[in-house]
Amino acid sequence: MISIAIIGGAGYIGGELLRLLLGHPEAEVVAVSSTRLAGRRVDGDHPNLRGRTPLTYVEPGAVPEVDVMFFTGSGLDDVDGRAELRQRAKIVFDLSSDLRLGDPELFRFHYGREHPTPELLGTATPGLPELHREQLRVAELVSVPGCMATAATLALMPLARAGLIEPAVTVDGRVGSSGSGASAGEMNLHAERSGVLRLFAPLNHRHQAEISAFTGLEVKMTATGVDAVRGVQAVARTTAKPGTTEAAIRAAYRKAYADEPFVRVVAQKRGNYRLPEPKILLGSNYCEVGFAFDPDSGQLLAVGALDNLVKGGAGNAVQSLNIRMGWAEDTGLTFTGLHPM
Amino acid sequence: MSVQACPECAADVTFAAEPEMNSILECGECMGELEVVSVEPLIIAVAPEVEEDWGE
Repeated sequence: MISIAIIGGAGYIGGELLRLLLGHPEAEVVAVSSTRLAGRRVDGDHPNLRGRTPLTYVEPGAVPEVDVMFFTGSGLDDVDGRAELRQRAKIVFDLSSDLRLGDPELFRFHYGREHPTPELLGTATPGLPELHREQLRVAELVSVPGCMATAATLALMPLARAGLIEPAVTVDGRVGSSGSGASAGEMNLHAERSGVLRLFAPLNHRHQAEISAFTGLEVKMTATGVDAVRGVQAVARTTAKPGTTEAAIRAAYRKAYADEPFVRVVAQKRGNYRLPEPKILLGSNYCEVGFAFDPDSGQLLAVGALDNLVKGGAGNAVQSLNIRMGWAEDTGLTFTGLHPM
Repeated sequence: MSVQACPECAADVTFAAEPEMNSILECGECMGELEVVSVEPLIIAVAPEVEEDWGE
C-alpha cells in the first residue's frame, strides 16, 4: 500500500482522482488539499463519494510526506510553494498544463505568459502510456497530457507511425463543460452554457502543440464546447499518401493497439456507434479510435473519443501510476462504462 | 476452431462452431455481415445487404 496526496482536490479532476483511488487496492489517499475548502469534508464537494471516505480538505502546507503526489492545478503562480510540495513526494503526477510543453517559446505562444521555471520544461515524462510506457516505469515526474490532446494523439499516432498520411492535419476537438473546470464563471452559467456549440478556440487551441509533439505532424486545432457535461471527441482531417489502402489503415491501427488495455479500434459497418463517440465511454478509462477513408480523394478522417476526466485526465494518471509501480495496468480502472445512459 | 480473415477489414474471424454453408456471421472488428459461401475449402464473403428471395 502506498500513501497518496492530492493537491487541489476540490475540482472535477481532483474528484475523479479520488473516485478512482478510493477504489484502488494498492493506494491509500492520506491527504487532499484545497485552499478554498480547508477543514470541510471532501464528500461535501464530491457527493458521489459519500460514505466512501471520512477525509477533510487540508491546506497544502499541511500535506505530509507521501509516496505519490498528484497536482491537479497549475503551480505557476507559486513556484516556490510548488517546489516545496514536490519535495514531499517520491513520485509526482502533474495533471495541470504546467509541464506539458517542452519549449518556452511554444509555451508563451499558447499560454500568453513566460514560463517562470523554463528549466523544468521537457523534464517530465508524458503520462500517456500508449506512447511512453517504458519511460513511465522509472519516471519520478509525470505530466499528464490534455484531454483533447490524448484523444487526437491516440487517433493519429498509428497513421503517423506507419507513414500513411501527409503531415498537415486539422483537428476539431469537441468537449463537454467539465473540461473547463469547476470554477464558477459567467460563461458557465446554465443559461449561457446550455445548448451551446461554442467555438471557444477557433484557431490554435493549445493542445495542438502536444499533438504535434507526440505525433510529429503539423497540427492545427479548433475546439468547440458542446452541450454535454463529460466527453471529448477529436476529429482529425488528414490526407492519405498516394497508394494507401483501407486495409493498410486498419492494419496500422491493429498493430498499434492490439495489446493496449484501454484503446479500442472502432470503425464499423453497422450499428449506432460506428465511429468513436464519448457517450458510452463516460466514467471509463477507455479511448476509442477509428477512421473513415475515401480512397478516391485520399481524404482520411481519424476520430478519437474518451471521457475527459478519466482517460483524458485522472484515469490516464492512475494508469501511469500502475505502470510506474509495476501493478497490473488496469488496477482500479476496470469500470466499463454504461449503456444506455 | 476455424479462423478466417474478414474480406472487409482483414481482421481474424473465428468460428465458434462448425461452419455451415450460407450461414451468416459478424466480424468482431468492423461488424460487417459475412456469409459462408464455401465450406470445403472454407470461404467467407461480404453478405449481400438486400437480396430478393424469389418466393422462398
